[in-house]
Amino acid sequence: MATVIELPVETYKGPVDPDWCPGCGDFGVLKAVQTAAGRLGIEPHNLMIVSGIGCSSNLPGFIHSYGTHSLHGRAVPVATGIHLANTDLKVVITGGDGDGYGIGVGHLIHAMRRNLDITYLVMDNQIYGLTTGQASPTTSKGQKTKSTPAGNMESPLNPLAMAITAGATYVARGFSGEPAQLAELIKNGIAHKGFSLIDIFSPCVTYNKVNTYPWFKERVYKLEDENWDPSDFHKSMTRAFEWGDKIPLGLLYKTEQPTYEDTEPAFKNGALVKQPLGLSKEVVNKIVEEMI
Amino acid sequence: MQEVTIGIAGAAGDGLDKSGDTLAKSCGRLGLHVYAYNCYQSIIRGGHIWLKVRIGEDKVYSHGDKLDALIALNQDSLERHASEVGEGGVIVFNSDKFKLDPSLVRKGVQTLPLPMSQVTAEVVKQHGPLQAIMQNTVAVGAVLKLANLGIEEAHGLMQETFGHKGQKVVDLNISLLKAGFEYAEQNAKAFTKEWKFSKIRRPFLTGNEALAIGAAAAGCKFYSAYPMTPASTILHWMANHVEETGICVKQGEDELAVMNMTVGAGIAGARSMCATAGGGFALMTEALGMAGIMEVPMVCVEVQRGGPSTGLPTKTEQADLFQVFGASQGEFPRLIVAPRDTADCYNTAVDAFNWADRFQMPVVIMSDLLLSEHPETVDAAVFTAPVTIDRGEIVTEWSESQGKYKRFRFTESGVSPRALPGTKNTTYVSASDEHDEESILISDMFTAAPIRRVGMQKRMRKLDNLLKELPAPKLEGPANADVTLVCWGSTYGVVREAVELLNAQGIKTNYIVGKYLYPFHTKEFTEILNKCKKKISVEVNFTSQFAQFLRSYTGIGMDAHINKYDGEPLEPLHIVEEVKEIIASKKKNLDVSEAEAKEIAYHYLRTHYQEKLRPVKLVREAANGHGEPVWNIEFAERVSGTKGATMKVGAVTGSTFSFEKND
Repeated sequence: MATVIELPVETYKGPVDPDWCPGCGDFGVLKAVQTAAGRLGIEPHNLMIVSGIGCSSNLPGFIHSYGTHSLHGRAVPVATGIHLANTDLKVVITGGDGDGYGIGVGHLIHAMRRNLDITYLVMDNQIYGLTTGQASPTTSKGQKTKSTPAGNMESPLNPLAMAITAGATYVARGFSGEPAQLAELIKNGIAHKGFSLIDIFSPCVTYNKVNTYPWFKERVYKLEDENWDPSDFHKSMTRAFEWGDKIPLGLLYKTEQPTYEDTEPAFKNGALVKQPLGLSKEVVNKIVEEMI
Repeated sequence: MQEVTIGIAGAAGDGLDKSGDTLAKSCGRLGLHVYAYNCYQSIIRGGHIWLKVRIGEDKVYSHGDKLDALIALNQDSLERHASEVGEGGVIVFNSDKFKLDPSLVRKGVQTLPLPMSQVTAEVVKQHGPLQAIMQNTVAVGAVLKLANLGIEEAHGLMQETFGHKGQKVVDLNISLLKAGFEYAEQNAKAFTKEWKFSKIRRPFLTGNEALAIGAAAAGCKFYSAYPMTPASTILHWMANHVEETGICVKQGEDELAVMNMTVGAGIAGARSMCATAGGGFALMTEALGMAGIMEVPMVCVEVQRGGPSTGLPTKTEQADLFQVFGASQGEFPRLIVAPRDTADCYNTAVDAFNWADRFQMPVVIMSDLLLSEHPETVDAAVFTAPVTIDRGEIVTEWSESQGKYKRFRFTESGVSPRALPGTKNTTYVSASDEHDEESILISDMFTAAPIRRVGMQKRMRKLDNLLKELPAPKLEGPANADVTLVCWGSTYGVVREAVELLNAQGIKTNYIVGKYLYPFHTKEFTEILNKCKKKISVEVNFTSQFAQFLRSYTGIGMDAHINKYDGEPLEPLHIVEEVKEIIASKKKNLDVSEAEAKEIAYHYLRTHYQEKLRPVKLVREAANGHGEPVWNIEFAERVSGTKGATMKVGAVTGSTFSFEKND
């Protein structure tokens, strides 16, 4: 096994400082991503961060690596295209709960069932922050927001249960208030061969006055503290529904399955972008002959 | 030069396409030119399929206006098309199952009823009972004889088509062909003269196949699509050829995924392409703008079909010009190009990838159902290979001593040298927000009006430089004509033929075909149109979109418009007749014609399960209480011939006013 040359977290310091509100949970996530990348020894030019639109989707601009700051809800397909074109790049998707579990949820489900070797970090603050405070797919029922002043009438989506059902092979939950655990979860998620989904509580200090740091701190606990075995599908599904007084953090579910890339014939000689382009006269003549 | 059109009609699932292929490819191998058009419906089994195969010693550019032979595979087909066969032609059908009403047979038309059990008696003795679908092969054999096409090429095709099923199946099919061939020899006369077979073998393929092959030849490495008629066959071709092309073919979960994946693949540096129809493109527009602002090379094919909305999935139209032109909010450079025929599809695909890479912009290729799906013979020499692959300015190395690499550097040409992700020392973000040279967003904490201004200019400059490379439009046909036909995309073929007919009739006509729609040759089009006398647009849409487009760019309007929007492709004589009426200053008559009234009558029968009847007499009557003249349509029982019902259809509105059965 090749020795990993770890890189210091400063390696990934971005060209500009983040413009998130002071106290935003995303700062912790950014630091954790940089730490994880360093521990894995991923050189900045081999790292591609892909995001959608939202506060957390601004992350690619704040880290030294390649980045793609795409469209609302479309980070997953854009990342898929980038990844399939160049499987030598390490692709990490970063975005929010609105982007990923709302407008983008369809793409997410299909990416998970394909078990693409990509990691998706969802900074879940249970609100739409950049558009100033509307309800999101993970906002609690009854919560008053800018678009639900009488209280949110919809049940929140359960991202971890959805991920396990859809075929994700590494499903975890982190919290930017637990940075050490978060960095390890991200590192192992990236290292995992297959689709990794990490839902990260990243409190919005400006617009979500319910799911705050103190609120989480009262409730979260670490699965690793009870020697949790993440390999049992049904146990993990059940635990995914734990919410309220106790909220689990950590690696909930993990399994090793063949990835999409394992069977893609176009990759048999290596990354797609490294293949020679075009067709020879012989090949085209043969194709033309087929149609005579 | 001899040319004939053979029609095969039946229901979906009757195996028409295989029969059509046998016929067409036999001709292609003999060195004849073929143009086929399949008129079909959005249905998997049943309904009505109508395939016309036009064959010529010289190249044919449309499916033409006439019908010389009909193979009818069911009763409905006989009734619909028998009367279209012109003098000197022949009607072939299974007389064990179907009856041909003599009143449907025009003067001078032969009929060849095939008593299938008798004709195939020997074959059944040898091979056992036959499936119904095998009547097709017998009929094809008969037509090969009567069309003087011989049977050798068809034998070869049977070997190739059925070889994988075993020699017995091949022999069975060859026997069926022979049975029909010999029966026709004994019982009918040829409807063609002898042909001059050049023996130049040509591939028989559709516009979609040509686009796919062109893309593969150009080095496309990523193809994504969501199944949608009439673009799906590009996906099928790509998926069937991954071995020889090395293309990663990815069916997406919807068109949003498809377009975004394709842009993503382009960001990573793969030559990438996707294709869809108008409705799918509607979902792709947002990502088109993303490709524009991120300056990502990619190719998107929009195959137009009957709209609006779900519309007519299996019918042709060219009404998406404004959708494509206006796609995505804001202003950004893109290339919009409409290839004009199948050969052009190959070349356009190859060129598209080079322009996309060199100018770092999305390219939209506009096709339509007619171009994408009609198969024709194309000279093999069209498919040149290997083709020139020009990726433009790519940065493969960058040292820190060169300073910071700026992905979106404001250059004179507007094109910023591009480092592909994975290259050392050139990290950058591709952002959909407005950004500066270093891709730092200027939409949030760093707002900067001057950077936006010069940045917009930089991107748009690319269009000026691209335009310089795009071939200018030109008038085709005689110079100094009295009439100029103006069209775009696939309408080229039928306009070309109409122009020939008009000139032969003494009406001096030339034509111009729009291919490069954006950026636009405003100067050249203006110069050309200013010299034209009577300008008539010919478009397969309702609002004459290209004519509007031309006027908005050049200030020059058309003198008249010819429009077809019933889902069927134009035919040369239709254009000729309309041009003559325009010249004669006749007001356009939009009333329901007799032929149309008859078709409306058939529509009623089919949708109200009245198939035991057939329309036999149509009389146009003056207004009689319905506020407009009506077509009074009498039906007769199909079998007995007695009067069955009467129907009234408005001659202006086409509304069905009444249907009364006679009891």
